[in-house]
Amino acid sequence: MREMIKMIVVLTVLSSFSGGLLAAIRNGTKEQIVNQELKFVKGPAILKILDGASNDPVQDRFQLDDNGVERSFFVGIFDGNPDTITFETSSVGYGDKIGVMVGINVEQDKISSICVTTHKETPGLGAKAKDDPDFSGQFKGLDINKPVKVNNDGGNVNAISGATITSRAVCLATTDACKIYSRMKPQIKDKLKSFK
Amino acid sequence: MAKSITKEFTKGLWEEIAPFRLVLGLCPVLGVTTTMQNGIGMGLATTFVLLCSNILVSALRNIIPSKVRIACFIIIIATFVTVVELLMQAFTYELFQKLGMFIPLIVVNCLVLGRAEAFAFKNNISLSIADGLGMGIGFTLSLGALGGIREIIGTGTFYGAQVFGPSFQPFSFMVQAPGAFVCLGLMLCIMNIFGKK
Repeated sequence: MREMIKMIVVLTVLSSFSGGLLAAIRNGTKEQIVNQELKFVKGPAILKILDGASNDPVQDRFQLDDNGVERSFFVGIFDGNPDTITFETSSVGYGDKIGVMVGINVEQDKISSICVTTHKETPGLGAKAKDDPDFSGQFKGLDINKPVKVNNDGGNVNAISGATITSRAVCLATTDACKIYSRMKPQIKDKLKSFK
Repeated sequence: MAKSITKEFTKGLWEEIAPFRLVLGLCPVLGVTTTMQNGIGMGLATTFVLLCSNILVSALRNIIPSKVRIACFIIIIATFVTVVELLMQAFTYELFQKLGMFIPLIVVNCLVLGRAEAFAFKNNISLSIADGLGMGIGFTLSLGALGGIREIIGTGTFYGAQVFGPSFQPFSFMVQAPGAFVCLGLMLCIMNIFGKK
């Protein structure tokens, strides 16, 4: 009995110590990690989506409150007109959360392009969602009012072979982005006026 | 049997160098050594975890009940692995991106658990530090060497710098998975020839 109690105590103390340490380090590095992601992951994705914009989209951004969630929108100005915005959504893939940067053309209400930012998918299979331009290219010009689906589910996005779950997750995140955009359109348009 | 700190340290560098002599922890050895930088980065991350877990396991060896020792080791190791993961994410993001899944997988690297069980749990702190450092540096050197060889042949660069002229045709087989096995096999063979007494 005494041995049992000792085991329980040791394991409990060790686990709580470990939890405390991790929480402290997590808090300490949080800000730095967000900065690094902006620099190495989101930055390149934003620039890829808003390729050819006359401004610096990473700098030209605004925040909006979406039912308690703070979202950052990045603005691309083409021919003097801030007509494309991009923001990040996520959904759960095969490994962990997949972050997808979705660019939407505000004037035509169409997806301008998408780009996978963070993921932990299998290299060579799911990871193609990020690396294969043929996959992400399919999202270009899709209507924001229709849910984006892979062709197995009745949509018109060809899933990456061997990575249906990943492809579905990317579609889901894109659909999500469209919904958020539709919901927040008045506020977004309002904010965009200041970039003219 | 008296054990000296120097002996415990140096055994990890040659006599019991982990990937080649003990053939332990091969998953990252094969997986991340496509370039020398990746190999060394992975090696250093593992060294940190190995050192910290060795110290803690050794310090707590009289408190941890032996029936739940493996569970305790895993908690300790997993904690330090997460620490490394967060730190790498915060300060060396590019390397973190390249190593990806292999960082969290240090938890199940049998080298780390093996040293905790076979050494740190039975020896005092200073010996455990020597053992952890030696094993870790040995592991780093092995990964660096393997990564270096594969990088030179496979992509024609050495630590990111071009070594051959533009006419060099990289032998890309070496940076793929089968190349890792072939290269490791050849290195094992060479180590065995030289190691023969």
